[in-house]
Formats: sequence, structure tokens, C-alpha cells
Amino acid sequence: MAGLLAVKGRALTIEKRGDISKAAMILNPILSVALALLVGGTFLVLTGHDPLEIYSTMLKGAFGSAYGLSETVVKAIPLLLSGLAVSVAFRMQLWNIGAEGQLYFGAIAATWVALFHADGSRIIVLSMMVGAAFVAGGLWAMIAAIPRAFFKVNETITTLMLNYVAILYSNYLIYGPWKDPEGYNFPLTAIFPESAVLPVLGTSRIHFGLFFGLAAALILYVALWHTKWGYEIRVIGESPVAARYAGMNIVKNILIVMFISGGLAGIAGMAEVSGISQRLQPGLSPGYGYTAIIVAWLARLNPFTMLGVSFIFGGLLVGGYTMQTSGLPAALVSMLQGAILFFVLGGEIFTKYRLVLTGGDRKEV
Amino acid sequence: MSDPLIVILFATAVTAGTPLLYAALGEIFTERSGVLNLGVEGMMLVGAVVGYIATLQSQNHWIGVFAAMAAGGLMALIHAVLSITLRANQVVSGLALTIFGTGLSSYMGKSFVGQPVPDQFKPIDIPVLSQLPYIGKIFFSHDALVYLSFVIVAAAWVFIFYTRWGLNLRAVGENPAAADSMGIPVYLTRYSSVIIGGVLAGVGGAYLSLAYAPSWIEHMTAGRGWIAVALVIFAVWHPGKALVGSYIFGGVDSLGFRIQALGEKASFLKDISPFFLQMFPYILTMIVLILITAETKKRRVGTPASLGIPYDREER
Repeated sequence: MAGLLAVKGRALTIEKRGDISKAAMILNPILSVALALLVGGTFLVLTGHDPLEIYSTMLKGAFGSAYGLSETVVKAIPLLLSGLAVSVAFRMQLWNIGAEGQLYFGAIAATWVALFHADGSRIIVLSMMVGAAFVAGGLWAMIAAIPRAFFKVNETITTLMLNYVAILYSNYLIYGPWKDPEGYNFPLTAIFPESAVLPVLGTSRIHFGLFFGLAAALILYVALWHTKWGYEIRVIGESPVAARYAGMNIVKNILIVMFISGGLAGIAGMAEVSGISQRLQPGLSPGYGYTAIIVAWLARLNPFTMLGVSFIFGGLLVGGYTMQTSGLPAALVSMLQGAILFFVLGGEIFTKYRLVLTGGDRKEV
Repeated sequence: MSDPLIVILFATAVTAGTPLLYAALGEIFTERSGVLNLGVEGMMLVGAVVGYIATLQSQNHWIGVFAAMAAGGLMALIHAVLSITLRANQVVSGLALTIFGTGLSSYMGKSFVGQPVPDQFKPIDIPVLSQLPYIGKIFFSHDALVYLSFVIVAAAWVFIFYTRWGLNLRAVGENPAAADSMGIPVYLTRYSSVIIGGVLAGVGGAYLSLAYAPSWIEHMTAGRGWIAVALVIFAVWHPGKALVGSYIFGGVDSLGFRIQALGEKASFLKDISPFFLQMFPYILTMIVLILITAETKKRRVGTPASLGIPYDREER
């Protein structure tokens, strides 16, 4: 193939490796974060800020105190749940980017239970909320999954469109029929009764949703790697043609996977309303469903790696809020997120290929 | 003399459809070469903010448009390097571009929010043509960027279907290995098409901030980049059909506001929550996408055969 760079008869080319490089696989995300911070830093310098000062503020804000750490965990919970959600779909090459909307629908369903059906003990009400959120998120994903399964309708676009619709619907409820009559006309639902609020850890804001995330990671791991169904999903993801010849039911699996994916994102929404805001209000999610895509990809869709990655990205969000208080736009955080993903994507080629210098005596670089 | 309501509606459909048209035309080039770029939303946002800031600084809206073109092209270059040279997953790379572009545009525009555009695009009536009944008001009483989009539609149509370059472009999108063996530069063709896509998305964004709004509002594209991607499928990768599609969606977009205004008079409309009216373009996009996909599947036309697949010479 053509050289990337050619000097004096020598050329730098990309050559396929026989195996997948483990070192490159581990180095890639670490280097990517470092390079993204470098790009962000350059940008900060250009706009007249001191990157070292800002990054250390962010770092201290997110990891430098017990409060910061607990807030980082708080943000990591929805990222973990929605990251797991998109990763199940991604594994089957289903590009569900509708976790944001599915999260909102989960929150809406949980709120419906909390406001109108909260009679019973705490455990019953909370279980009903989780169940309703899972089903609502799953059904919301079905609107995109059914056309995808039967007509191959591009699910990227439909899931994304559904995000806008879900957020608008949630606003309709908050500003309309579900508005708290005693809320002085603020766009908020009534506060949840005690039985609909997730317990928290000590005095922190870390709520029981953390265990939903951990349980979901464990269940997904077992389901994907230790069941026949999981094997099918992985085969369909890697080679749909082979899967069809092996007689696997692709349509059915698309529907199941998208339902689980939407359902998990729905639980993320339930955990947010029940554990954090304790009511439905506008701006429930600062884009968790989109950040989840980056989290999932960085974790290479692995449920356990996702625990660590969502913790780091939770920290990035908390760092962003800290930075905002010193007057910088929090949008820097989504720039950094995008840049990290660029580098991870660009670096992936080095897990499968290596750079080779040809034309001279030296071989590898 | 006032125009009938229907004429005003159609005229606003053209204005509201123009940003969609630019973005969709760009994506048609990109996808015709076999590259899928889902970063249109991000490129449009960066185009919008850069066009706006450049106009503020220079007091000249054309400089704003050129700056937006450059910014859109640079954004697209990131996607090109990742998806063409480094053979990254194109879906994820496009999403990364949108996330990055959303952040970048908010960051850049933060200190400018609310400032009016000093030199916005204003409607220019084209002599003679604008005097035509109905048609004149609908198509020939707009600003320069709308007229430029007509020219680009025609040029893209001729280029893609009636020139050697267009033939090469389509060959690269259908079968890059065959194109390569015919001596067509696959990588160069793909790079230039992706960059053209970004340049046009940039103009689409600038249209929002310099003519349609005209000001900078955070996340002002509101999903239009995604609707443009859907429009490309609706248009079966054809510039002429993209024009029709853009105006239909533009019409729906502006209809929401019109119905709200009409609600004052007609009581049955008053009961519709504005949130439902705002949902309309998104729901319509989904419905149309489903119908078109089901239909084109029957006729087996449309999608460039190598769309989304990186080309690797060694795997020929």
C-alpha cells in the first residue's frame, strides 16, 4: 500500500499484525486521554487560560476530597448504567444512540409510579419503579428496533430523533399535567413520597442505584460470556452472515437486545429521579446518554472495564462543574470527551496494524 | 397588497429548508464516495458559531460564510483522517465529531450569546422573476445564500451524473477496489468528498446564525444535522430530491410556529401543547425514514454499495 510518508526511498507504512497487540490495547485509552488533555490545553492557552491551573482545579474538584469523590460516584452511576445499555446494542452492531431518550422514559415511568401508585412498602414501590422504568425504556427503544429488525431502517437516526421527542414529552408532563399544584407554578412535579426514594450511603448523595449498576454489569457479563444466548449475540455482532447460516434468529435478537438496552438506560433514569432529584424536573440528564457512547467504546464494550471508565468520566463531569464555578464554560468537558474518542478511534489501528519503515535496513519502528 | 397565507407558508418552507439543503447536499457527496459522516450536527454547529463570530469581527457576512466553510471543512478533515486513513469505525467517529462539535461551538460562542449580527443576510428580490405570481414570492424573494443553494443543487446534479469526476466519485462509493484498479485515486476522492461535505454543512450552520435566526444560540441546530442525514436517504442520494425533501421538512419546521400563532384564533388548535408541535419534525423524520427504507428495499436502489466500509488496498 501507499506510504504515509516517503523520504529518500524509505516509506513509513501501515502493516497488518498477525495478532492483536495487548500492549496497544491497554496503552490506547491512556494515551488518548493524555493527548485529548493536550489538545484541550492548547485550546485553553489559545483562549487565554492557564491549562495546568484549570486541570488541577478539575482534578481536585473530582478526586481531591471525600465530597468530590462521592459526587464522582454519583455521576458515574447513570454513566455506568447507560454505558452498559449502549454496549449491549453496540456488540450486535446496533447503533443505539437513544440512551438519552430511553433514560428520560425510564424516569417518566418511575415518576408515574411514585406520584400515583406509591401505596405499599418502600421495597414494593421501588421495585415497581425499577420494573416500570425498565419496561418503559425498553418499549421506547422498540419504536426504533422494530423498523430496524424488519425493514433495516437506520436505527442511528431513529433513536436520535426519539431523544428529542422523549425530552419534549417529559417537559410537556412537567409543565402540564404533572406540575405540582403547590409548586408556585415552577416546572416541577411534586416531591416523591419517602417510599419512592432510593436509600443513600451515609450522608453522601451516593444512592442505591450504584448497586443496580454493579448488578447489571455482573448479569451482562454472565449473560454474554457464559450462556448460549450471549454466544449468539457475539456471533451476530461479528458476522451476521455466518450467524444467518448457523440458523440464528437475527430479527428476534435485535428486538431482545434493543429492549434490554433501552431498559437499562431506563433504570439509569429511574435512579436519577428517585436517588437524586426525587421529582421529575427539566434538565434531568446533562447528556449522560451521549457520554455513555464514549464510555462504552473506551471500555471496549467490556462490562467490568466500564466500571473504571464510568468512574473516570464521572470525575470529568464533576471537574467540569468545579471549573464552571471559576467562570469557564463547562462545554470544555464535551470537547474533551469528543477529543478522547477521536484519539481512541485513531489509535485502534495500532492494535491490528503496526508502523513499518520500508526501503532501508531497519524494519520496525 | 398582502400575499395569501399559503404563499407565505411555502416561502418560509424554503428559508427553513435551506440549512437542511446545504447539509444534505454535503452529505450526499460524502456518502456517494462511500464514507458515512454522522458528524453533520457537529459540523453545522461549528459552522454556525464560526460564521457568526467572523461576521462580528469583520462586519461582513460573506467573510462569515467563508470562515464557516473553512471550519466545517476542518471538522470533516478529522473524520476523513480517522475513517479513511486510520480505518476507524465510521459511525462512532461521526458521533465523536458531533459530541466534539457541540462542545467546541458552546465553548467558542459562550461570550457572544445574545449579541445581534451586525451584517445579516437580507432578502433580495430578483428582478422580473420575483414579480411572477406565487412562484416569485416563494422562490425569488430570498437572500443570497438561498439563491446560491439553487446553483449548488444544479451544479451537484450535473457533477455527479454528467461528468467524469462524478462517475469516478460514484465508482469509488460503489466498488473502491475496481475503481482503484482503473487508476481512480480512491483515497483522494474520498478525502475531497468528505471535506466538501463539511464545507457545505458549515454553510448550512452559518445560514442559521447569519440569516435564519440571525444570532448565536447554544445548540441552535436542534437536530437539523441529523434530519439532513435522514434526508439523504429520503433523496436516494440525489441533489434534486434533496431540495424537495429539505423544503418539505423546512415547511413542517416552520408550520409549528404558524400553528401556535393561529392558535389565538382557532380554539381547537389552542389545546395542542407547544411541546407536541415541536415534536413534529422529529416524528415526521422517523416516519418518512421508515416508509422510504421499506420502499427502496423493494426496488433495491439507492445506498452506495461500499457506504461505511473503509478501503484497504491489501484486502483487495
